[in-house]
Amino acid sequence: METTPILNLLGVCKRFPGVVALDNVNLSLGSGEILALIGENGAGKSTLVKILAGVLQPDAGRIVLDGRDLSVRSAADAAALGFGVVHQELNLLDNLDVAGNLFLGREPARFAWAGPLRWIDSAAMVRQSRPHLDRLGLNISPRTPLAQLSLAQQQMVEIAKALSQNARILVLDEPTSSLTRAETYRLLLTLKDLSRQGVSVLFISHRLGEICEIANRVVALRDGKNAGELPHDRIDHANMVRLMIGRDLRSFYVPASSTARRIRLQVRGLRTTAWPDQAVSFDAAGGEILGLAGLVGCGRSELARAIFGVDPMPAGQIALDGRPLRIGSARDAIDAGVYLVPEDRRRTGLIVDMTVRQNISLPALRRFASMLLIRPDRETRHADQQVRMLQIKTPSCETPAMNLSGGNQQKVVLAKWLGMKPKVLIVDEPTRGIDVGAKAEIYRLLRALADQDVAVIVISSDLEEVLGVSDRVAVMREGKIVGILPRSEFSERAVMDLAFGTASATAASGGGDRS
Amino acid sequence: MKKELGIGILLLVLCVAVAILNPQFLSTANLQNTSRLVGMFGIFSIGMGLVIITGGIDLSVGSVFALQGIVLAILLTRAHWPWPAATAAVVVGVVLLGVGHGFLITVVRLQPFIVTLCGLLFYRGLARFISNDETRGFGTSSFGLLRPLAAGKLGPVPMPFVVLLVVAAVMAVVLHRSVYGRYLYAVGRNEEAARFSGINTRLVIGSAYAVSMLLAAISGIQLAFYTNSVSPSGHGLSYELYGIAAAVLGGCSLRGGEGSILGILLGSALLQVLQNLVNLLGIPSSLNLAVMGAVILAGICVDQLLASRAKRTRKPA
Ligand SMILES: Nc1ncnc2c1ncn2[C@@H]1O[C@H](COP(=O)(O)OP(=O)(O)OP(=O)(O)O)[C@@H](O)[C@H]1O
Ligand SMILES: [Mg+2]
Repeated sequence: METTPILNLLGVCKRFPGVVALDNVNLSLGSGEILALIGENGAGKSTLVKILAGVLQPDAGRIVLDGRDLSVRSAADAAALGFGVVHQELNLLDNLDVAGNLFLGREPARFAWAGPLRWIDSAAMVRQSRPHLDRLGLNISPRTPLAQLSLAQQQMVEIAKALSQNARILVLDEPTSSLTRAETYRLLLTLKDLSRQGVSVLFISHRLGEICEIANRVVALRDGKNAGELPHDRIDHANMVRLMIGRDLRSFYVPASSTARRIRLQVRGLRTTAWPDQAVSFDAAGGEILGLAGLVGCGRSELARAIFGVDPMPAGQIALDGRPLRIGSARDAIDAGVYLVPEDRRRTGLIVDMTVRQNISLPALRRFASMLLIRPDRETRHADQQVRMLQIKTPSCETPAMNLSGGNQQKVVLAKWLGMKPKVLIVDEPTRGIDVGAKAEIYRLLRALADQDVAVIVISSDLEEVLGVSDRVAVMREGKIVGILPRSEFSERAVMDLAFGTASATAASGGGDRS
Repeated sequence: MKKELGIGILLLVLCVAVAILNPQFLSTANLQNTSRLVGMFGIFSIGMGLVIITGGIDLSVGSVFALQGIVLAILLTRAHWPWPAATAAVVVGVVLLGVGHGFLITVVRLQPFIVTLCGLLFYRGLARFISNDETRGFGTSSFGLLRPLAAGKLGPVPMPFVVLLVVAAVMAVVLHRSVYGRYLYAVGRNEEAARFSGINTRLVIGSAYAVSMLLAAISGIQLAFYTNSVSPSGHGLSYELYGIAAAVLGGCSLRGGEGSILGILLGSALLQVLQNLVNLLGIPSSLNLAVMGAVILAGICVDQLLASRAKRTRKPA
């Protein structure tokens, strides 16, 4: 698509203590163009977004919109200029409902003449929310309190909010990181539609497949610098990887090496508070990676949380290595060797204003203590080791976790648990926001754990990822496991059929002997 | 560390200023009295700091002082219990109150402010009821070792100050070096993430209220023998606010997850030196609270200014 650029960034620089996040970055965005911005974790993508959104001020450089220099001093400025922004981390208010969040700051009002005392017309607000939610296929009432939504649903509310602003320029920072195939597909369709109407889109994602599908052009950042771009006809997986990490990437997924497996985790008749009518039973064996697939809200995370003891478990039995296990709290699960890497890093995965070291050591703190006093040397050595193993990009272990880029924060969450010798490891969206290179490394680590006889359970909304890493995939729909596919029957089609409940019976019987 | 440095300098400047304006400040009697007060206030302020670090607050401390003082006086002078039994009963009772607060806050999930506000009202009322609203005194008896331990001196140093130093040393190790201390900060900053990391958040938070009450019980006994008589309606009135002020001055954030023992120590010392200043400089004592409010506000404003300034100057680094 050859159009004259409407937005130009020229020589943008931004430094943080100890890091140059952006170094002389140039970027142009045409009218109606869908531009994908790619780069490794910590390359500076979100920093660029925050500058466009008025959250951060650049140290140097110009922002030119329609040929005019401008400065974006606040989020309100950005909205007034026609930017609709979805940040990587959610910015929604827990104490409002969905509609209230969608229209925050521009609520439809009655008695508008009363100025600040005008009434919020909540009926109108709810009515006007509906189409925005429908467009993304979000089947929830606009009156649902935000706190009841899953991470993916919240992310969709955030996207709907940006779309509802009728922006000229949409800036989306990893909007799909927790969405499954189905929701992503609808979003991509919507974006294409909008671009045909002349809306420009700046799209960031680590899921390269999506980028191949919609981007007109790809721009890459590496270490805060421009690292080249790809025109439409040269966009493919290999080219993007080469631009991002400067080399080719071989052997993405590692196949299972052993076939000798013994059942380690047995779950029987487990009910969760989210789906109290469904009893779930399955086994996970040491040496295997079991994938859990399904649509947003199908109960995968709830299942994991119940097993880990952080959610109440109304009914069901869990056995580890044949012995029944009573799990009343996360502590019990951890003591038994059952770990969960939770999906929402900001809420449950990290204590963002503690340092990287303190976060990594937290679940295993007692191991670094003698007589209940922490031994700083042991703790620091462990944290350093984990940072090196996962290649976490941080100025030091003493940096607060909130100063890390999104993907590097995610690596810290993984680092907390991977070093602790699990028996059963449940990872919920382990690679949310993680770049391709690091993903490959994480898959290798998960496989290495499985080879040490750990039962690894991977929950992921990225279907390609689930099919790539797993040896078996259990598909969930509306709180129950509707089928378990062995590797020989893997296909996106088969999983989607089960997830949606279409062409069911034949596929479900394939491997679903323990449904 | 920055915060402690700031308030440390403020304390030093204040001491030097008062000493120059009125040399009485450095007299043995004044130093002894001030350090006694620093001791009594510092001990329970440390407990308050612990609770604040978990993101909570304890408003019941002042009323607990009254209830505890009354009960202690009755046990010793009316019931003639031996002093170790009376002391143990009072300390255990007060700690149980803390356990109760912790239970209501962590298991019943009531807000700390509400729970301890009800405590503030309830214990004061109870103290007035069981004493028939009459002041109870301890007379001149020493009750074995109790009076010397609570209100005596070790050499020239008042006992409360000695006890404060011991408590502060122990609590500094607990808070800054122990696993439990790290857990306190963790639950204060993100309780949910702490729970997902396997921390028994209920136990950690609940225990902070119990420890707070244990330290309050120690302060309370010292206070009772310092005043030597306990008026149920006025004893310890609004002392919880001194504890909160000391903790906040010393760098604890009411949002939780921040603060240090050294800071709380400096904060409580600063408050007492301020009181002293009002007395020594002949400022009308009716202005006492106003001076204190103004200085605390100024201190926190300066701190905020320095913090945001540090942020700005660090950027182009
Ligand atoms: N507030 C901050 N303070 C200090 N350093 C920061 C801050 N925000 C970002 N950084 C640093 O700037 C660099 C770029 O971060 P940015 O968030 O832009 O990366 P990103 O490309 O979005 O990565 P990801 O793919 O992981 O989201 C990182 O090294 C990060 O540590
Ligand atoms: Mg980012």
